[in-house]
Amino acid sequence: MRPGPLRSGLLPSGLLRDLALALAALAVFLAVPVVFPQPALRDFLIYFFAYGLLAMSLNLLVGLTGLVSFGHAAYFASGAYVFGLLMQSGRVSIPVATLAAVGGTALLALVIGAICVRLKEIYFSFITLAFQMFIHSIIVTWVGLTGGDQGLRGGIPRPPILGLDLNDARTLYGTCVVVFVVCILAMRQVSQSPFGYTLRLIRDNPARANFLGVNVVLMKLGIFVFAGAMASVGGVLLALFVSGAYPEFAFWTTSGEAIFMIMLGGMKLFLGPLVGTLLLQTLNHFVTIYTEYHGLVLGSVILLIVLGLRRGLADYLYDWLQDRRARRAPSPPVPEPVVKSRPV
Amino acid sequence: MLRVEHLSKSFGGVRATRDVSIDFPDGSLTAIIGPNGAGKTTFFNLISGHVRPDEGRVLFDGTDIVGLSSLEVVRRGMARAFQVASLFPSLTVREALTAAVISHQHRSWRVLARFPSRDAQARADEIMDLLGLGPKAQVLSANLSHGDQKLLDIGLALAMDPKVLLLDEPTAGMGTEERWRMIGKVQALWEARKMTVVFIEHDMDIVFRIAQTIHVLKYGAVLAQGTPDEIRRNRDVIDAYLGTDHGLSETVGEA
Repeated sequence: MRPGPLRSGLLPSGLLRDLALALAALAVFLAVPVVFPQPALRDFLIYFFAYGLLAMSLNLLVGLTGLVSFGHAAYFASGAYVFGLLMQSGRVSIPVATLAAVGGTALLALVIGAICVRLKEIYFSFITLAFQMFIHSIIVTWVGLTGGDQGLRGGIPRPPILGLDLNDARTLYGTCVVVFVVCILAMRQVSQSPFGYTLRLIRDNPARANFLGVNVVLMKLGIFVFAGAMASVGGVLLALFVSGAYPEFAFWTTSGEAIFMIMLGGMKLFLGPLVGTLLLQTLNHFVTIYTEYHGLVLGSVILLIVLGLRRGLADYLYDWLQDRRARRAPSPPVPEPVVKSRPV
Repeated sequence: MLRVEHLSKSFGGVRATRDVSIDFPDGSLTAIIGPNGAGKTTFFNLISGHVRPDEGRVLFDGTDIVGLSSLEVVRRGMARAFQVASLFPSLTVREALTAAVISHQHRSWRVLARFPSRDAQARADEIMDLLGLGPKAQVLSANLSHGDQKLLDIGLALAMDPKVLLLDEPTAGMGTEERWRMIGKVQALWEARKMTVVFIEHDMDIVFRIAQTIHVLKYGAVLAQGTPDEIRRNRDVIDAYLGTDHGLSETVGEA
């Protein structure tokens, strides 16, 4: 038999590796504005963090659990609006408003999820979409509270947190980096936990998982709430940065973009959706500078990737590397069956 | 351990199970045989909580489990393997078994721990050794041979540490030699684990060789029950099933 995974000290090796990678990512992101001081790059990255959290959290449903939600942006928007409204009330600090936005969104996801996760496949997708449009309608029509289609106006104040002044662009960027990396790490931990592997059972074969004592509906609800909460953090970051919240956050196209990001990047690798986010953000950013037909260019690129690679970019690279490794190694990666002893 | 009393189930106009009463003593190895469409799989679906019977009781460890979900039935200690292996294609053998063990340990909700936990993996490795799947630990379930898929399916049920194990045609789709190997493993398992094993089987040679008790189903009803010798000599069974010049016999023993 092969030995189990190596362990060193108190932490499992997988967790240690992830922590080390997270620290490295933190260092790199914090160093970016020092090396490249252009504000445009910083702004670009903050957008990347916000939408990256949206795409990554959606992939916990799509890639990990096999739940294709079409309404994930609802929780993104809920995070942004709850945070924005609480800050505009002037009564709470940024951390408290953030916690309230995340907690409130988790509660919203719990209520909506309790209805949705019982449905299968396309019905699940449609009902999540329906709930998102419902929330979008509320935002647009409840003008007194949300500012309707104009969005939350008047800006979102940024009172200092423990001496950190978020009105300073660099401090704001640094805060976003830390929040982003911590959230990605949390999602990584969940996907590598016993819970995460139980979700893989559900993705592959829910009926069988049920016969193995897995409470499929409850587990799906659990990840639905967690994914919603993580998406809301993305919304909070965006609201904090643009100093407002807009009904587009809750529109179906935002959910659609998140699905595009997953498709472009790939859902096999944990960080695949971030590759997709980077790709889509870059395309959006540069193409809109040069042409007004950015939808056309975007569509072509997506078609090229979908038809050409037939999978996300990260998945393609991963498969390519695996192939190369397999070809280099003389022995097949899969151990050949060994006849141990004659069976009875 | 397991007792079924007056179990009946109809689907539309079809009476798939008719007043079936069978006692499965603790630690017994019992075969259910019958021609195609005799209601064997339906019988398993009824006792494992997958389908609710119209009438009758299923007594498991002394309590009636009719109306419990398949989830609750598994939790009480009755696990099943399927006619067509029901697996998790994208997981390796070891991952799937370890995840199943974790579910059995009620640890599926752990989000702060890392997969695999050491004891769950050790248990999974034990099951792999028992079934001879050890060399395939890192193979994706989807890439296993047919026989190994059936073994893994049984392994998943074993991860539930069941008191009663239901095997729906463990040798389905196998060649003669592979069949004997498989059934040898089932028998060894039963002897080693002191479980109550109920299996559905088409191959008469196998049934007569290993089963302690045989129940013959026909049109959803129990046609006969007894030891292999009794069944072999039973007039009704010979007429309905074992005979060579009857219509039903063509469904017997197909590979």
